[in-house]
Amino acid sequence: MEARHTRGTAWARGLRVVLLLALAGTAAAAGVSASRVPLPALATGAGEACVEDTPTMRRNHMELLKHQRDRTVHEGIRTTRHSLANCVNCHAGKESGRVTGSKDAFCEGCHRYAGVTLDCFDCHADRPGAATTAGAVR
Amino acid sequence: MSAATPPRAASEGVAASGAAGRSDGVDRGRRQILAWGAALAGVTLAPGVMLYDLAHGRPPSEPASPKVRWGMLVDLNQCASDCDACVVACDTEHGLPRTKTATSAQWIRKVELKDARGGARSVPVMCQHCADPPCVDVCPTGASFKRADGIVLVDRHTCIGCRYCMMACPYGARTFVHEPVTGQRPEVPRGKGCVESCTLCVHRVDHDRIPACVEACAASGHKALVFGNLNDPESEIARRVASYATSAVRADLRLDPGVRYAGL
Amino acid sequence: MRATLDRPDARRFWALAAAGAAVVLAGLYAAHTMEVRGHVVTGMDNRIVWGMPHVFAIFMIVAASGVLNVASVGSVFGHAAYKARAPLSGLLCLALLAGGLFVLMLDLGRPERIVVAATHYNFRSVFAWNVFLYTGMFTIVAVYLWTLMERRMAPWSKPAGIAAFAWRIILTSGTGSIFAFLVARQAYGSALLIPQFLAMSFAWGLAVFLVVQAAMYAWAGRVPPPEVLRRMGNLLGLFVVTVLFLTAASHLVNAYFAKNVAFERFILVDGGVYPALFWGAYVVAGSLVPLALLWRPGALGTRDVVSAAMLVLAGAFALLYVFIVGGQAWPLDIFPGYATTSSYGDGTIAPYTPSRWELALGAGGLGVAFLTTVAGVRALRFMPRDDPSIAPATGPTA
Repeated sequence: MEARHTRGTAWARGLRVVLLLALAGTAAAAGVSASRVPLPALATGAGEACVEDTPTMRRNHMELLKHQRDRTVHEGIRTTRHSLANCVNCHAGKESGRVTGSKDAFCEGCHRYAGVTLDCFDCHADRPGAATTAGAVR
Repeated sequence: MSAATPPRAASEGVAASGAAGRSDGVDRGRRQILAWGAALAGVTLAPGVMLYDLAHGRPPSEPASPKVRWGMLVDLNQCASDCDACVVACDTEHGLPRTKTATSAQWIRKVELKDARGGARSVPVMCQHCADPPCVDVCPTGASFKRADGIVLVDRHTCIGCRYCMMACPYGARTFVHEPVTGQRPEVPRGKGCVESCTLCVHRVDHDRIPACVEACAASGHKALVFGNLNDPESEIARRVASYATSAVRADLRLDPGVRYAGL
Repeated sequence: MRATLDRPDARRFWALAAAGAAVVLAGLYAAHTMEVRGHVVTGMDNRIVWGMPHVFAIFMIVAASGVLNVASVGSVFGHAAYKARAPLSGLLCLALLAGGLFVLMLDLGRPERIVVAATHYNFRSVFAWNVFLYTGMFTIVAVYLWTLMERRMAPWSKPAGIAAFAWRIILTSGTGSIFAFLVARQAYGSALLIPQFLAMSFAWGLAVFLVVQAAMYAWAGRVPPPEVLRRMGNLLGLFVVTVLFLTAASHLVNAYFAKNVAFERFILVDGGVYPALFWGAYVVAGSLVPLALLWRPGALGTRDVVSAAMLVLAGAFALLYVFIVGGQAWPLDIFPGYATTSSYGDGTIAPYTPSRWELALGAGGLGVAFLTTVAGVRALRFMPRDDPSIAPATGPTA
């Protein structure tokens, strides 16, 4: 999928996110743009609030997803609170209907900005529901 | 021949079947008493309820139970050679291509058999969900695994695509994703470079639905596929396995498959 | 003086290194193509799941272990002529192992996840043991090389040599076990494969060594000592006979079981390319002709030994192709006693034509081994230095 930019190791990713947040924080305090790259104009989710507070989601969404992933795949636990499908259902773009595909798409936009590999959607559907019957019959 | 092994933990299955599907073993003593009570109540008050085995109604927050063993019975006397409803349903359910080449995904296939006397049979073959799966033994990363309830799966997050499991599977049940995939179904993530096979429609089973092939077979009027809990003596599959001869494919390998065949 | 003997001149070194690097680059490009477009660009499919890359990789891994035998005969059994060749033997072991793993890893469906093979470990898997055996081999042989090349460490070279010897026997047993544990297919699943793989490693490793040694001597404008050639040529002959014997035993034992007769008939008689490769390339060209070259009456010359060794290596590829690809081409016997047909190809022979991408990837692995060897020989002293009693400085030309 086109959302593949760099192949960072986990620690490098973590480091970059921390740097990014630090930069964003400094920039906000100074009232200037953090970089020459404009911040992505990400649409927020459909509901009132996300499943966790924003700072937690920013820092830990990957951990939450990974934890849920292992519980679902190996144990068959199907709670939706931290499931990727739940993210996609809420955060799909209003017009595109997807979380990837552009610099303003919720997942891909931020991952592009942060320069972090996003490979979930190599395999997972990037749009809610069964909108992909096209892939069923070739 | 009859099934290779009798259904496991059958008495546990009966005892727990009244306990509203709770089976994580945390509070076993208390649950056991509740279970006996519920079983007694079930037997005396509403025998029909007992047909529902313990896995039905498992809440999403509970893990799959080792007391369940999901299985499938294929009744070849009912299966028609000109029918491929199960294959079509599987492809549609999982977003697999309908045309089949040597590099296509094939989670279920119809194998046509002819014996020396001209007798013919049409046999659906899919992952046999072995109790002792060779694919799980050989997988270097543990990506091939058997879930507590007997469903054999590939964790695509840790599969490195070495294909050793495909070398080890005696049924040719596994296929490799040879090309980039787009347009995946939300419940069925899949992508290039990993090995995959029949999941027994785990995403449906976890929501108390039967596998797509079984549903399609029933809709076609053949009713050759029966899905259920082999460990629950009250389930249709267990009763049929107990009452007439079924066989395992490659029974000589003693892998104890969860898929049984009648009329082979 | 020594520098001119041991160190090839710079221009030739860079030309060879560039040639090796070009082959490696071609291999990397092939791997990249396989990753972007998927394995559909190869000839491999759902039935021939392991193909040409695995022939190359398993050849290199088996030969890597066998080439160390030269060092073992020197360090463990104290043979002077072999001792002088121990460092080169160690270098070739590392080089071939690196080449084999290069191919094996880049053929994976998800090569970028190779780290998962280290973080997620299934101890029941023979493949996982092998990951451990390969990394262990690198470490042990590196230490062994250090004891051989660093004077201070010399007292440790015997224990290190014994450890390396033991490890390589286990490693090759592990490689054989990858197939020996497969009960699903008629070609594999036999304990006889373990001694067979050990014998193959001895023969192929020694053949690689002889070819490289001849190239190095030719480069230095020298001739290998005839006594050394005679001994090593003789040993190669013995190994070739052993492999022939164990291969014959494997097939005979397999054919003894009624259920496998049809498969043995396919692979040895009427299976088209497979019996042709088996008899023509492996038995005749890869075993009998080399034996005739090595054991004919008269003194053994460099040309005889090198020709024999190269033929043994060609035979090795043929044998592995028949074993790996031919073993999968035969259909799985899922319903014994029935004729079967299906969209999967049940009941039919699986066709296979290796694509250029697979060949390039395999060759890339050989390139890695070659480049490692050339660089090693350039940087350090690996040229065998014989005791003058076996190798007079002005050795007679054979």
